[in-house]
Amino acid sequence: MSIFEYNGSALVAMVGKNCFAIASDRRLGVQLQTIATDFQRISKIHDRLFLGLSGLATDAQTLYQRLVFRHKLYQLREERDMKPETFANLVSAILYEKRFGPYFCQPVIAGLGDDDKPFICTMDSIGAKELAKDFVVAGTASESLYGACESMFKEDMEPEELFETVSQALLSSVDRDCLSGWGGHVYVVTPTEVKERLLKGRMD
Amino acid sequence: MECVFGLVGNDFAVVAADTSAVHSILVHKSNEDKIMILDSHKLVAASGESGDRVQFTEYIQKNVALYQFRNGIPLTTAAAANFTRGELATALRKNPYSVNILLAGYDKETGPSLYYIDYIATLHKVDKGAFGYGSYFSLAMMDRHYHSGMTVEEAIDLVDKCIAEIRSRLVVAPPNFVIKIVDKDGAREYAWRESVKDAAVASA
Repeated sequence: MSIFEYNGSALVAMVGKNCFAIASDRRLGVQLQTIATDFQRISKIHDRLFLGLSGLATDAQTLYQRLVFRHKLYQLREERDMKPETFANLVSAILYEKRFGPYFCQPVIAGLGDDDKPFICTMDSIGAKELAKDFVVAGTASESLYGACESMFKEDMEPEELFETVSQALLSSVDRDCLSGWGGHVYVVTPTEVKERLLKGRMD
Repeated sequence: MECVFGLVGNDFAVVAADTSAVHSILVHKSNEDKIMILDSHKLVAASGESGDRVQFTEYIQKNVALYQFRNGIPLTTAAAANFTRGELATALRKNPYSVNILLAGYDKETGPSLYYIDYIATLHKVDKGAFGYGSYFSLAMMDRHYHSGMTVEEAIDLVDKCIAEIRSRLVVAPPNFVIKIVDKDGAREYAWRESVKDAAVASA
């Protein structure tokens, strides 16, 4: 089994009209065994920037701690929050530092940039950025997620419709992947508020 | 074949571990205590390679004590768990420890808690956790019978159910178990569950 499939994960981020949604599954497993069904894969960097980390859970935790540290230093020095594009570059650089002994993670970054323009991107475990205008996916369920998102996505969705779309795409994809699932965690972020919701899907 | 499991009850946390020290086909001893009392209100139940287990848990214990000497107040359970994870994570890509840990503790402000820490430094706060081949049986038993806010009697009954299941269904089941509990009055040994007693040493 690949080291990326050791813990199991599913992540998706989608762009809407002046908003974005980022969603993950909730399973923490050790190969075939499920350890927990309330694992947090998405973390807030600041009010307008969210980071999801799929792949090996220990590296996701280490990487998250390193990135929060770097962002807090940035906030102290620059006296402002990092732009999503800047943060994506930071993540890419930190991952490439470990080019010949990498973190086994695939991050998904979603944020609201200047003029409240939503920004999403993903990268591989050594920092190759993949910007997208519509959606990005990561994790063991990524292939199913690509299909589900491609068929369900529409341009310029309002937050409520975006939430429905992301939720349906996530739940239908993790149902085809034995290593991810046990519910969902969806954040819908607009310039004024962050709505966090839990999904109840097939609990298996 | 080492079995370690634990759960969180009403205002206490209980952990149980087998007590056999095995090398290949030989059982060195069957009264090896694998649950260390980390400080007055914390327990570390560890399983894995015996050298690493003893050395790593003693290292954590001494550092937790050092913090208390330097700062005058003890670490919270969450802080001790995060410190333990940090040490495992730092060593992971240099000189990894093969130790799985269940860290149980009681804090005045937040009550009882149980932390699952993998040998590759995956940290997660759980209500019930288990390691080893015994986990297939003990986790299943706990999934069936566990509910939040269990009394000590109910929890020990569940622990006994898990031990009975391990004894009857695991091919090389460890004969003896030790149960330790931590609550507002501190961390202490609760009971032993022995089915094989070491023979008394003949006098010279």
